[in-house]
Amino acid sequence: MSSVADCGGGGGAGRARSGAVALLLLGVLAACERERRVYREVPPGATAFPAVQTGELQAGPPTADPTAGAYQENRWAVSQGQILFTQFNCAGCHSAGGGGGMGPPLNDPEWIYGSDPENIFATVVEGRPNGMPSFRGRIGNAQVWQLVAYVRTLGGLTAKDTWPARADAMDEVGPEPDPMPRGAL
Amino acid sequence: MSAADPAGPQADRIWDLGLLFITLGSVVYAVVIGFLLYALWQGGRRVESVGGPAVEHGLTQWVAGAIVVTTVLLLGLLVANLAVGRATAEFAQPGALTIRVTGHQWWWEIEYADPEPSRRVVTANEIHIPVGRQVRVEVSSRDVIHSFWVPNLHGKLDLTPGYRASTVLRADRPGVYHGRCAEFCGLQHARMDFRVIAESPGRFAAWYEGQLRPGRAPATTLEQQGQQVFLSRGCVLCHTVRGSAAGSRVGPDLTHLASRGTIAAGTLPNTRGHLAGWVLDPQSIKPGVLMPPNQLAANELRALLAYLQSLN
Repeated sequence: MSSVADCGGGGGAGRARSGAVALLLLGVLAACERERRVYREVPPGATAFPAVQTGELQAGPPTADPTAGAYQENRWAVSQGQILFTQFNCAGCHSAGGGGGMGPPLNDPEWIYGSDPENIFATVVEGRPNGMPSFRGRIGNAQVWQLVAYVRTLGGLTAKDTWPARADAMDEVGPEPDPMPRGAL
Repeated sequence: MSAADPAGPQADRIWDLGLLFITLGSVVYAVVIGFLLYALWQGGRRVESVGGPAVEHGLTQWVAGAIVVTTVLLLGLLVANLAVGRATAEFAQPGALTIRVTGHQWWWEIEYADPEPSRRVVTANEIHIPVGRQVRVEVSSRDVIHSFWVPNLHGKLDLTPGYRASTVLRADRPGVYHGRCAEFCGLQHARMDFRVIAESPGRFAAWYEGQLRPGRAPATTLEQQGQQVFLSRGCVLCHTVRGSAAGSRVGPDLTHLASRGTIAAGTLPNTRGHLAGWVLDPQSIKPGVLMPPNQLAANELRALLAYLQSLN
């Protein structure tokens, strides 16, 4: 950087140039600060689903999973969770925005079996009385954590800047019909 | 895959147009370079002989001539381009086969449309078409913009979410034509291939009848165990095997998995070993793919593979 300032010659021009370079560097380095996204979350065969004791109408004890925190308030995880929420038909019972229906609403911060990420994870994996099925072994750990990250945004349990502004997935309705059907002409 | 080896009328015309562009472009390039060399040679001499600032009366005529020639050439190419565009957008004749292609990150969903719902076939990453028959390809996407490209058969066609575009193509000689996604669509864009298998109408009909059947019922004890693994583990939440309880459409339809040549959208040949690696840890093969790793015991995996390989 000093070499840039040196070859600038005059004092004012050199300062302006080094200032510009500093700004550019700042921009470049700021771009380095990105959210971490892991592709291979769980090595195969590394962890089984944690065993959680589910009592009567009480949250199971939180299970310590070192990977859990990585998914919370991570935009990528939230958007993936949002897609999975639709694809796995969670909306079938909890409705599309988590407003509730056959199942309890998800868009309030009060969860019957606890609203910590670990509690919700246990709810998905273990199932709960009166209708919530157990998805143990069917949804991978990472996907469950993504779902957890998403449903916690529904209840406003996480920082607002990680909330999805719109669905990343397409709506379930099919595409628009061809405006000009080729066969018709 | 090569656009220089057309196998159908549309690709033929596109390649002819390409040849026209290449030939004309080469001629124009050669002429311009020739003039440049002449100008360098002549200009040097003139400065030497005249000495003062040369007033070149001839230049205006040359420039005017060049403008006329350029305009005529460009207009000619435009007309040729429009003519080819019109010819390749040939409208579907009655009796054309209609295929709906849906792009997913990162695989292709293929649906054969038939007025009768029970005769619709859904498959993935492999398109069988009869030789000599028009195929109307309707495309759309479920997530981002993809592009459908089989260079031997036609030009590119974008798959846009929420919109259905279509084109008509025809294969005139049998063969296996490679296609791929031609629009950057995410992490595994480079591993989003498919194959178009053009075969005689008889063989196509036989294949189609085979695809209409529901997934084969497990015949041996091992296959039965495999089906149980399939239905009780993660597979069932994303995949369909018609005739069984698995009916999710998040991932590719596996009803006739064993009949397909590749897995993971052309990434790997469909062999037992590759299938095992793919089921256990897809992320090491296609990092970022939307299939999670599966934790299976050795005997479960063995049974599952036996079941999957029986689905022909």
